[in-house]
Amino acid sequence: MTVSHSSPSSTAHLAVEAVSKHYPGQTALETVSLHVERGRYVVLLGPSGSGKTTLLSLIGGFTLPSSGIIRIGGQDVTDLPPAKRPTTTVFQDYALFPHMTVAANIEFGLKLRGLKADARKTRVAEMLELVGLGQHGERSIQALSGGQRQRVALARALAVEPEILLLDEPLGALDLALRRQMQDELHRIQRQMNRTFVHVTHDQEEAMALADLIVVMSHGRIEDMGPPRRVYMRPATRFAATFMGESTQIEGHIHAQDGQVITLETDIGLLRGMAAPMSGALTDNPADTQGRIWRTGDKAVAIIRPENIRTVAQNGQAMGQALVCETVFQGNYVRVFARSETGQSFVLHSPARQVPASGEIITPYALMEDITIVPAQEN
Amino acid sequence: MSAVQKRSFDGWRNLACKGLTVSYMAACFCFIFAPVAVLVLFSFQDGRLPVPPFHGPTLYWYGQALANGRLLSAMGHSFLVGAGSAFLSVLLGFLAAYGLARYRFRGQALVRGILVLPMAVSYLIVGMGLLVMASWLNIAPSLWLVCISHVVINMPLAFAICSAQFNPAQVRMEMAAGDLGASLPRVLLQITVPMMAPALIAAFILCFTLSWDEFLTAFLLSRFDITLPVAIWGLLRGGLNPQTNAIGSMVFFGAAALALGAEYLMFRKKSS
Repeated sequence: MTVSHSSPSSTAHLAVEAVSKHYPGQTALETVSLHVERGRYVVLLGPSGSGKTTLLSLIGGFTLPSSGIIRIGGQDVTDLPPAKRPTTTVFQDYALFPHMTVAANIEFGLKLRGLKADARKTRVAEMLELVGLGQHGERSIQALSGGQRQRVALARALAVEPEILLLDEPLGALDLALRRQMQDELHRIQRQMNRTFVHVTHDQEEAMALADLIVVMSHGRIEDMGPPRRVYMRPATRFAATFMGESTQIEGHIHAQDGQVITLETDIGLLRGMAAPMSGALTDNPADTQGRIWRTGDKAVAIIRPENIRTVAQNGQAMGQALVCETVFQGNYVRVFARSETGQSFVLHSPARQVPASGEIITPYALMEDITIVPAQEN
Repeated sequence: MSAVQKRSFDGWRNLACKGLTVSYMAACFCFIFAPVAVLVLFSFQDGRLPVPPFHGPTLYWYGQALANGRLLSAMGHSFLVGAGSAFLSVLLGFLAAYGLARYRFRGQALVRGILVLPMAVSYLIVGMGLLVMASWLNIAPSLWLVCISHVVINMPLAFAICSAQFNPAQVRMEMAAGDLGASLPRVLLQITVPMMAPALIAAFILCFTLSWDEFLTAFLLSRFDITLPVAIWGLLRGGLNPQTNAIGSMVFFGAAALALGAEYLMFRKKSS
């Protein structure tokens, strides 16, 4: 998959060029290309087996690609071992050295770089301060909680000032509250250090909270890539739409195209929506969404996020009638599940004050700009 | 039978069961430790024969044993052979286990099999084999040969102990060290060995103890400089003597202290 994007590869800090990784009888990555500017927070998002961890491992040098080139800061690092790359990794299980103190763990990489003792000491103190463990330098690793270990792993990897920090599901082992808290910390640290972070996760909320650039992966390919807002609001593919969150998906055939506006012929009538951008698009401006070829009669899917479906007409397009099957109270909104006579299901978010009751008939409406038309995927 | 009677009957039965269990355990321990207890007791025998009846305690035989130059030098030899062969066994066993745990290659199972095979070979065969080979190469029997035979015997054990201690979490710690810029020898010395220290110490102590105790190959492969078991065997040929009991007791208490010390070291390491 060749990906068009707005940043030319010459200025890219991290460049992954048509990289594939094959194992006997299995393809982990299929011609993946990715270009990242310096100082960006990149999140590789996908289900297990999507190739996101393989891609991280290839960037870190723990796995060698079957083909393709990886450049960091313009230098070809494809054949370099991890030790020789300007990257460090925060492992999923942290991989802290259990026989060393917190400070000794952080100091390990600095010693190898030949720093003098007092310089090391200063640096370790800085890093402990950065991750909020100022007083814990002499503690043993066993005495730390999960969240604290996570911070030590981060400090150890950042201490050697890597060009790129790689994080392999770093928050996976933490409980939800701690995970949200560490997300904010990661975001702050990345801004403070101004380094490129590449973070692997399967949690789309985590991805949206952290990323400058989300890379949605599936089956060893990049499905979609772009800023979180664009990928969520205007996904490039049906998979990206599904993985990024709930949506109502209405299948149909292309009826007509007028610039970026596409009319879809569906069981519930004609539906006008916006053409999906290409993967890699930074915005959903027409300039970024050109390039796709739509043929009349092709199968396509209309994607509508639940917060964009209303039950009262506001210049929106009516989408038939539907019977409310279930409502789920979520605090600041209520999730409503409804189904039309043709079997089309809808999911929408309704303000808690005006919730339709189960068994009620509603008319869902959506604005043309809130509907994204993506090609139907043959899976 | 009334409920009260039944309860007391159950009580008696439980007690009887418990009594049986305890006496069975006592019998087992007695079977294991009685010979040692007798050995230690008669090392204090005030008389020429280490057999009942026991005549008053004396430290005379300990004095005799410690004044016996032949026994003392044999003990020194045993110590050198034990420490040397244990060190070599653990070093080779550790490296072999590391290689097999970290790399995948063809014939891995075969290599593993060959490594542990000496465990199944009798000491007699190992000793005779080495003796034949040494005489073929015109090498005179010596403590060096004894040391080699003990490495042959103990290395598979050290290998097995080390092998059991490798796990995936350690692999990632080694990867992390490499990622931070450490070379392989440095990873081994600063990460792997310290992490596996308890297993390595345990393997060393076990190999040392087995070497310290080993008679057959030591007897076959030594000539002028002999190890302690060979020296004791020499003493026994001259008949029973409380002096052998005294030296045996010292060896026993030394070994027990070593084992307890190792246990304490490892326990402290784990609980910290």
